[in-house]
Amino acid sequence: MKNIWSIARRDFQSYFTSPIAYIVIAGFLAIMGWMFFWSLNHFNIQNMQYMQYGGGKGPSITEAIIRPLYGNMNVVFLFLVPFITMRLFAEERRQHTIALLLTAPIHLTEIILGKFLAAFALVLIMLLLTGFYPIMLFATGNPELGPIVASYIGTLLLAGCCLSLGILFSAMTENQIVAGALTFSSGLFFWLVSWAQQAAGSVFGELLNYLSLTGHYNNFGQGLLHSSDIVFYLSFIGLGLFFTHRVLDSYRWR
Amino acid sequence: MITVTHLTKQYGPRTAVHDLNFEVKKGEIVGFLGPNGAGKSTTMKILTGFMPASEGKVMIAGHDVFHEPIKVKQSIGFLPENPPVYPEMSVNQYLDFAARLHQVPPKGQAAAIANTLKRVGLWDVRHRLIQNLSKGYRQRVGLAQALVHNPPVLILDEPTVGLDPKQIIEIRELIKSLRGDHTVLLSSHILPEVTATCDRVIVLNRGKIVAEDTIDHLTSRAQGGLIYALTVRNVKAAGVEALMQLGKIHTTGNRLTIELKSEDAREKVIETAVKHDMGVLEFVADKVSLEDIFLKLTTNEGSLA
Ligand SMILES: Nc1ncnc2c1ncn2[C@@H]1O[C@H](COP(=O)(O)OP(=O)(O)O)[C@@H](O)[C@H]1O
Ligand SMILES: [Mg+2]
Repeated sequence: MKNIWSIARRDFQSYFTSPIAYIVIAGFLAIMGWMFFWSLNHFNIQNMQYMQYGGGKGPSITEAIIRPLYGNMNVVFLFLVPFITMRLFAEERRQHTIALLLTAPIHLTEIILGKFLAAFALVLIMLLLTGFYPIMLFATGNPELGPIVASYIGTLLLAGCCLSLGILFSAMTENQIVAGALTFSSGLFFWLVSWAQQAAGSVFGELLNYLSLTGHYNNFGQGLLHSSDIVFYLSFIGLGLFFTHRVLDSYRWR
Repeated sequence: MITVTHLTKQYGPRTAVHDLNFEVKKGEIVGFLGPNGAGKSTTMKILTGFMPASEGKVMIAGHDVFHEPIKVKQSIGFLPENPPVYPEMSVNQYLDFAARLHQVPPKGQAAAIANTLKRVGLWDVRHRLIQNLSKGYRQRVGLAQALVHNPPVLILDEPTVGLDPKQIIEIRELIKSLRGDHTVLLSSHILPEVTATCDRVIVLNRGKIVAEDTIDHLTSRAQGGLIYALTVRNVKAAGVEALMQLGKIHTTGNRLTIELKSEDAREKVIETAVKHDMGVLEFVADKVSLEDIFLKLTTNEGSLA
């Protein structure tokens, strides 16, 4: 456990010694702020119209702001996670520092978990910074708490899946850019894989649907925590890290 | 302290080291000498658990590298051929990380880091970022990383490569100061490098051990001394004892190298061996084969002695 922490600490600190973490965080907050502002704006206009014409209740905050906002946040993570993970192993290989890690008295699993933790902590910070939006909603309106909490859990898990993929690809190459590009395209694949479900046969289509990262997110957006979704995400993360272990182990054998 | 038996490593179809057997005793400083591509780095990577061997066994500090890698890694300090440093970290931060990785107890950590920094001459630059240091200083940072947890075994892959002559002398002094407390295996492709620091040398060429000897013996051999190699069918103790009267003897398997006092003694060597019924297979001047290797070894930086 202490070893995982040693690794995580170094990688986390190194995010902030290069501009990358600042750029990712700033970009993330700018995009999220933009989306929040306009969905709020749109919501207010709609509500006013409903009030003027007396057409009953308008859309709820949950439907009009929270669900789209957190749904979009996932897409933003799909774009940003490659920048977070691409250097984790690729750079160790390029700089030959991987030799330090692989000849230290620690397990490969600890190295991988440490790196995952460092990246996860960065994502967590980004998510905490968006906590400003729900606080504002609570201050001015009366949103439901459930969907917000569930959305955060879902986004965290979904981003964790992207991180896991990203770490896997980072372990495969010495080239950060290649690692990043592979992470993005494979993330996109798992995002859109369910699109093919109608075309594919029913069993195969269902499988594709099951594999979809976004498909499992829907329940979270509704405020529902289903164990099947959580298990799916956790398995996805675990599998990615397991393959990372295999890749690095075979790198040693060459 | 280090025992290597039948060590073989293949990279795909290519054999990098073949059937190495050697031993390094506690407190010894042993040089691993060989031209580029001889397999020095490969062997060291296997010894340190960085990569597994294709065949053979490595025991370090009483543990098998393959079966108990963590135990072995705990007792090793390793300087790989490329110093494994993070350019974006300061020297202090880096050593702090290395100390944590090697589980230096938190209590003694600050002292261990400070001692190591002073020992390798990095104290004055401890707050600098590694990316702003010269190659020589980075090499020292790599060395500091290998020393910070005060490991009983040190494996140093070309520790002085790329340093200027003054730095080389400093690092050599440092390595010599490790004698006794530490067991050191260091590699080099330059003969003087090894003669300056080591008690014993293992010469590696094309993945095989071609000689294994004490420094004294080897230097006189390299200078074309009166060293002859006698290959016999049976090594008999009585015969060896009799041969010792003629000169210093070193035995590797059924091959005896003899440092003769005069050319005339050659005749005596054969006589003695025959008298003891050792079954002489070959008797040749030993400088020949090594000369080739030393030529390769010394062409590059031969003036450094
Ligand atoms: N990763 C690798 N893949 C394939 N061949 C390698 C690899 N590393 C080293 N070799 C080959 O193995 C041999 C020994 O290399 P090395 O151990 O680096 O020698 P040295 O350190 O003595 O210069 C060389 O012929 C080299 O080309
Ligand atoms: Mg080498």
